[in-house]
Amino acid sequence: MLDKIGVSSLDDLYGDVPSDFIYKKEYDLPEAMTEQQVREHFSSLEAKNQRLKIFAGAGAYDHYTPAVVPYLASRSEFSTAYTPYQAEISQGTLRYIFEYQSMICELTGMEVSNASMYDGPTAAAEAAMMAMVCTKRKTRVLLSDTLLPHVAEVIRTYALYHGIELGAIASEGGQTSLEALEKELQSGDVAGVIVPDINKYGIIEDHTGLTEAVHKAGGVAVAYCDPSALAVIKTPGEWGFDIAVGDGQPLGLPLNFGGPYVGFMACRKEHVRKLPGRIVGQTTDADGKRCFVLTLQAREQHIRREKATSNICSNQSLMALYVTIYLSLMGPEGLRRVNEISAAGAHILHDKLLETGLFTEVFDKPFLKEFVLKPSCPPEKLHKALLEKGFFGALPDDEGYVSFCVTEKRSAEEIDNLVKAVKEAEL
Amino acid sequence: MKYYDKLIFELSKEGRCGFSLPSAHEGKLKDILPESLSRGSQSRLPQVSEVDVVRHYTNLSQMNFGVDTGFYPLGSCTMKYNPKINEEVASSPAFSSMHPLQDEETAQGALEVYWEMEKALSAITGLDAFTFNPCAGAHGELTGLMVMRRYHMLRGDLKRTKVIVPDSAHGTNPASAAVCGLDVVVVKSNADGLVDVNDLRPLLSDEIAGIMMTNPNTLGLFEKEIGEIATLVHECGGLLYYDGANMNPLLGVVRPGDMGFDIMHLNLHKTFSTPHGGGGPGSGPVGVAARLEKCLPGPRVRKSDDGVFHIERNWDESAGKVSGFMGNFSIILRAYAYILSLGKENILKAGKFATLSANYIKESLKDCYKLPIPSICKHEFVFDGLINEGATTLDVAKRLLDYGFHAPTIYFPLLFHQTIMIEPTETESKETIDAFIEVMRKIASEAAEDPQILKGAPHNTPVGRPDETQAARHPVLKYWDC
Repeated sequence: MLDKIGVSSLDDLYGDVPSDFIYKKEYDLPEAMTEQQVREHFSSLEAKNQRLKIFAGAGAYDHYTPAVVPYLASRSEFSTAYTPYQAEISQGTLRYIFEYQSMICELTGMEVSNASMYDGPTAAAEAAMMAMVCTKRKTRVLLSDTLLPHVAEVIRTYALYHGIELGAIASEGGQTSLEALEKELQSGDVAGVIVPDINKYGIIEDHTGLTEAVHKAGGVAVAYCDPSALAVIKTPGEWGFDIAVGDGQPLGLPLNFGGPYVGFMACRKEHVRKLPGRIVGQTTDADGKRCFVLTLQAREQHIRREKATSNICSNQSLMALYVTIYLSLMGPEGLRRVNEISAAGAHILHDKLLETGLFTEVFDKPFLKEFVLKPSCPPEKLHKALLEKGFFGALPDDEGYVSFCVTEKRSAEEIDNLVKAVKEAEL
Repeated sequence: MKYYDKLIFELSKEGRCGFSLPSAHEGKLKDILPESLSRGSQSRLPQVSEVDVVRHYTNLSQMNFGVDTGFYPLGSCTMKYNPKINEEVASSPAFSSMHPLQDEETAQGALEVYWEMEKALSAITGLDAFTFNPCAGAHGELTGLMVMRRYHMLRGDLKRTKVIVPDSAHGTNPASAAVCGLDVVVVKSNADGLVDVNDLRPLLSDEIAGIMMTNPNTLGLFEKEIGEIATLVHECGGLLYYDGANMNPLLGVVRPGDMGFDIMHLNLHKTFSTPHGGGGPGSGPVGVAARLEKCLPGPRVRKSDDGVFHIERNWDESAGKVSGFMGNFSIILRAYAYILSLGKENILKAGKFATLSANYIKESLKDCYKLPIPSICKHEFVFDGLINEGATTLDVAKRLLDYGFHAPTIYFPLLFHQTIMIEPTETESKETIDAFIEVMRKIASEAAEDPQILKGAPHNTPVGRPDETQAARHPVLKYWDC
């Protein structure tokens, strides 16, 4: 091979690199491990983690992942492919993305979905930027105080550098205040409003009058959603939202210490050309066979370059496949039951915790799997006491409350054990 | 590959299910969820059995081409083999069942991975500190530019609102700059395909936040003036950003930090062998020189003197949070397994073998394909179409599919009209590469003798060329649009 190239050594292939830049020292890395050694090294790392019974959510939910999901998604025809640039040999990827888009539209009640974003928070940040593009001359985006803190934080970062002025919508009784929103909208400079469907307190928000108010002021209404709950709660489409975003993690994705997850983003048809990311569409080949392609690419970064309004390129395609397979297995009834079992478990835990006399109710509002209570002891102390018993729950927030979450994975016995641990804790 | 025409929705039958759920606690949804907050109608998700799902997605997978199927010389994407031990260790429940907000004392193993990876990437790149929070390469670029802007903001230097990007840059570079609120100034390439230093000089001023460079660039050429470029940009007060999409040929040979770069991102799914997942999840860690460390986004893993790992969540100088938690953790696990397998010995071979493969293909095909820049390349290079011009680059790409190869990147970079960008990587045998060369030569002959074969290609794939115009004019973007 070197002869063909006309050089005499591998080093000659770097003859154009100034010799000062060639690294001549030994790399400060461990010695190469055999496969067995790698496996043993990871076993030793695994032993340093503690397995916990998860009774917390706060944006990442311990729902059950059926065996079929990772089994199929790890087929290497899917996992070792890249972006489906060559449609003729990528129909597998393109078809599941098309199915994914269809399912996301169905859950959110929106007309168009893209092929995925990195995670929920970055999808929300992209929605803020999209709202600016949809409304042109407006300069401000309003965030509800009830958004999960990590979602609001990421939006704040993007907004700072992108040049979006942010405003806050105060909450009232644990949910976004319509009155506060209407006051903020009076300035006439609001491009978009981002509110959760289920908020940081676990409360299902009542958005009556919200989208009408935003539209009257010429803005775009964005819902941040738990997609699992969308099988049973009123959808962003039904409320009248223009854009729906959120994290697809509750749809069969393992917790994975925070990632990979998958952001979803869907909108009404009129905004499709402002939607960031990749989109798959149906068409036919020369023989009239149904096939699928990446489409509407004029929106994308590689065409628009410095005129782009989003830079997303690679997304979370394989995690979109996880979601698609999960939703296929669950169907409408399975997903409804996931919500029912989780919510019933959460309400049992909620009531039993109140019965201990160690908590007070903060809000009397409808919730599904997640809720907050005010403990009579320091929240951090309660959290650590439970941790010692192997429970990850009673997650302290910055308002002195603790949150709990119950999914369909938590049995009645585990719920009882948690309550027992609370009672026995020396607080 | 066999054509399979079903969509999952078309297999649906009322009442069928593929789930197995525990029996319910006492309590019904209708008693918990008020009517006014309930969904109006049941979703139209498919109703299918487990075996329906398994067969459907198995059939779909068989219409797909991955690195495990065959040679995938997609330029700038580094489609190297993905070792399977990486998959095994990353899927362990001891990692995958961890909640992202889990207390640090219960996550010491996971935190150790972040810490060790940061040390390893620092050793490999010559940059001092890394964040793992960006989820992909473009996300890394954006994060790196945020760090750049934050650095200037902290110094009160607010007029640096422009960033220089070469005309050969990946499309994400100018797009990331725009999203980060920076104005893009384009610097031209010279006849050798390198950044034209004479064109760069007049662009430098106290309004320049920095320059984004890809080295080797998208033509696969090492920017040998990088020393001078670094000096010039630093003298004007700007920073140098390294786009790590093309890091592979420098793996084990050259460190971006030593070339004067202040900020960089790596694509773990390119250089560090994690699977590309049909377009993600990737991972785009961002590395910085010591003086910029304080501007990295949080949270970050730190180690205290007693050997315990901690998570530092936020601090005043930080550029801010860029993703939900600490990035695509399971991808980081895979890359860590790869680095452990390579070790200090084998890393010395990776980049060099990638460069060897690319140059060998270039020299073996330059009598059939136009080679606009004949110098030694790094991990990739570009042709400007067929010498005989019997067919277009698109035709060549499509014909390759018939012969069982993935096509190279085409029509990028934009410097030429018929660009074919080939990146073989170090994990392909000489036999595989020779087979590819033979097919590329055969296609060149076909283009001269019977170009219609190419224009109608591909012939042996599940579907032929899709009608893209129809797709864009009459968008059918979900099942119910049909």
